[in-house]
Amino acid sequence: MNPLRPLLALDWVLLPCVLGLAALGLFMAYSAGNGSIANLQSQGVRVAVALAGMFVVAQLPPQLLARSAPALYGLGLLMLCWVALAGAIGGGAQRWIDLGFMRFQPSELVKLTVPMMVARYLSSKLLPPTRRQIIVAGLIILLPAGLIVQQPDLGTALLVGAAGAAVLFLAGLGFRFIGLSLLTGLCAAPVAWQFLHDYQRRRILTLLNPEQDPMGAGYHVIQAKIAVGSGGPFGKGWMQGTQAHLDFIPESSTDFIFAVFAEEFGFVGAMALLLLYAVILLRGFAIAAGGQDTFSRLFSGSLVLTFFVYLFVNIGMVIGILPVVGVPLPLVSFGGTSMVTLMLGMGMLMAIRNDRRLWSG
Amino acid sequence: MATLAREALKDADAERVLFRGRARWMIVLMGLCIGLLAVRLHQLQVVDHERYQTASNQNRIDIEPVPPVRGLISDRNGVLLAENRAAFSLQLIPERVPDVEATLLELSRVVALDEDDLNAVREQIRRQRRFERAVVRSYLSDQEAAAFAAQRHRFPGVDLYGELVRHYPFREAFGHVIGYVGRISQKDLERIDRDQYRGSLYIGKAGVERTYESVLHGQVGLQQSEVDAHGRSLRILDRDPPTPGRSLRLSLDADLQLLADAALGANRGAVVAIDPRDGAVLALVSKPAFDPNLFVTGIDQASYDALNSRGRALFNRALQGQYPPGSTLKPFIAIAGLHDQRAAPQHRVYCNGAFQLPGRERKYRCWKRQGHGHLNLADAIKHSCDIYFYHLAVDLGIQRLHDHLVAFGLGAPTGIDLPGEGAGLVPSADWKRAARGVAWYPGETVIAGIGQGYHLTTPLQLAVATAVLATRGTLRVPTVVDGQALPPLRILNRGELHWAQVIGAMEAVMQSPGGTAYATGQDAPYRFAGKTGTAQVYGLAQDDDAAVSAHEQPEALRDHALFIGFAPADDPRIAIAVVVENGGSGSRAAAPVARTVIDRWLEVGPS
Repeated sequence: MNPLRPLLALDWVLLPCVLGLAALGLFMAYSAGNGSIANLQSQGVRVAVALAGMFVVAQLPPQLLARSAPALYGLGLLMLCWVALAGAIGGGAQRWIDLGFMRFQPSELVKLTVPMMVARYLSSKLLPPTRRQIIVAGLIILLPAGLIVQQPDLGTALLVGAAGAAVLFLAGLGFRFIGLSLLTGLCAAPVAWQFLHDYQRRRILTLLNPEQDPMGAGYHVIQAKIAVGSGGPFGKGWMQGTQAHLDFIPESSTDFIFAVFAEEFGFVGAMALLLLYAVILLRGFAIAAGGQDTFSRLFSGSLVLTFFVYLFVNIGMVIGILPVVGVPLPLVSFGGTSMVTLMLGMGMLMAIRNDRRLWSG
Repeated sequence: MATLAREALKDADAERVLFRGRARWMIVLMGLCIGLLAVRLHQLQVVDHERYQTASNQNRIDIEPVPPVRGLISDRNGVLLAENRAAFSLQLIPERVPDVEATLLELSRVVALDEDDLNAVREQIRRQRRFERAVVRSYLSDQEAAAFAAQRHRFPGVDLYGELVRHYPFREAFGHVIGYVGRISQKDLERIDRDQYRGSLYIGKAGVERTYESVLHGQVGLQQSEVDAHGRSLRILDRDPPTPGRSLRLSLDADLQLLADAALGANRGAVVAIDPRDGAVLALVSKPAFDPNLFVTGIDQASYDALNSRGRALFNRALQGQYPPGSTLKPFIAIAGLHDQRAAPQHRVYCNGAFQLPGRERKYRCWKRQGHGHLNLADAIKHSCDIYFYHLAVDLGIQRLHDHLVAFGLGAPTGIDLPGEGAGLVPSADWKRAARGVAWYPGETVIAGIGQGYHLTTPLQLAVATAVLATRGTLRVPTVVDGQALPPLRILNRGELHWAQVIGAMEAVMQSPGGTAYATGQDAPYRFAGKTGTAQVYGLAQDDDAAVSAHEQPEALRDHALFIGFAPADDPRIAIAVVVENGGSGSRAAAPVARTVIDRWLEVGPS
């Protein structure tokens, strides 16, 4: 082992940001739960588990990630199929595998394995990719994404697709190709509309005109906007947000936690939070650009972009510029599985950054 | 080769440059998006702040759930078995009460509050949000309600609310079938759509109330009202009324149920009566029973423990009680023997009171020690001769025996629309190897022929199988709700003549001198087919010469008494199974119960 390699390889820019966000998540969970200790405890346990996972992953050599990508990808696909079959038999939506002591959501694992697999595949090719390679990469992405849409879980499918597409983009996908697929997408939208579930259509329609349906689907959007807007420049103060506490905000501790935050900490707080996220994104890109091989660069770049999609889609939906899809605020939202995935992603970024030190040190 | 050439051209520096270019694009895109978020936040929180501040602070629109009224449950004639009664409950809103503990103490001087009430309300306050109502006590008496109303001004944040509380007018008699509703628990929350239960206090916990929860509950309504900064409702803006739960009409007959309940007297046991023509359950009694009303507003630990210990009153013997079927299994085995040509109506077996497997020492006794002499199949059923059925079981072999009994629906849950049904057990060599890890012994086939050994059936299974006999081969899923009848599950083709022979023998049991239940069936004004059974509780050795008569044994060791039957034999309208725990003999303890129920049904029931 390289003697210069530190005992515990971490990243001293990412780590404080991650810890800060997780701590904020705990504070917000406490506030949204009206001072419920039980909520706080369970969230604390999840954060601890996720952090431990991050520390472990950060110690791995990125080459190991590249080597194990096909196996992990295959495993993820297999579990998605299993879940789809179990759902078909049990009737109704099925996203979980019950391990007895906990429930595991394979689509979360896939969020990491898809970009990993695409990066692994493209990194062995000469870049930019040829048309055939783009098609293969597209299949690698669409297979699991399609299975997740079937569950149905539009939010997660979107994240998986974005993660895979990010790799393609970073690998040098031609701009002409991008423009063409955007155009195709626009034309295909009416067709895709036919395949959306009723509740998904309603959410998109609601976005266009929330006031039309204030009792039903528009309720979330209106109440979240009132919460954010009433926060004002400086906020109402921690635990003082009336909107959240009077139960106007749905799922106030999970997907809508940003509404509670913006109500209690105002515009200043929201800007500070965005700044914190920006630091993570920029640091992530710095790590990606310094990656030792193509795989490291592509994979870490896509991790950063996925992280960005999380935060943009989540905040965007809370403040009413995007439809309501089930995407959490990264590292802050209450809830276990996405927290673990995101922390593992952070750990992988650290592993890639650590790899550089190994070489230059 | 082409790929290899491309690989060789792979240029690390070029790829690094390409990546940096793309990353730069990404950063610009992200910057734009984050800028968009910032602009939008600025718009909401700074520019339009005033507007949202007003919306938030002065007049908020609160959307409150309005719980639906639960559907009623009646018997087949419309007699109400579960209804909703108006009652006052005392509730408080924690955030409006200055000091919850002091208020509770003060309240306990106005209305009766025991330690359980106090713990329950503290628990509810802890679990809920501070502006949600918590129930201090339900079911206030009129005096208590009046006493509180007079002093209401002393208790800010506490008020009386009218609520509909489930009531079961027949108490014990229908407890096991109807089940009960109770407060929604944390466990319930995990299996329901929480949105539908916002505002609901109760959920079906057992019996029909549980199986048909989704039908009975209804759809939650929404009320949109203007509320002030404290959440107090100012006026109602809009109302989307709840859809009340649908009322259920059961196939049960209240008269018949009460009669069967009374006929069991103080005994522990079960009665299940089915209309064999459609599988509708007419009566389903399990004793001892419990008063479901105790559970509605929460039962205290002492009463609960008492119910659990006193003959296990919460245990639904009709569905969950698993008893050795004893001789009631003989008609089914007779059908198996006739169909597989292991028995012929004329073939006679000599009963000298004991049976031995070739080359074995052990003697298997007939219940009649001196033996029955020569008898054919019909006589063997009529007199319930064990020796005949030992022979028949050995001739059939355990596998055929198993297959035939399973075809009658034994050994598996019947699929009735009530929760918690037991499966029973029809033994086979495969089962024994899998469950016990031991091979099947030939001697076990012998006693399987008289329904002893490993055999276990629930009273409900016995009733369903009896209905198969009554209909000459139609197996149906029993239902307790009217109009739920399903098409037959299975048709058993065992030969018209064979059915007729066995049913004829079962009539002889009841109505021909010497039949084991002749005393019960002789004067019935209809053709009555039946079979008695006795199931050993305590394994008295078969060849123990110190015979102990049933009445000399202590009650807990006395045999279970069983009876199955149907009537009229030529056009069956009711099939019944009766189990009397420790009743001693099937003919004395169980058959008369069946007679009483069938008499009433054929006299008043629909033809």
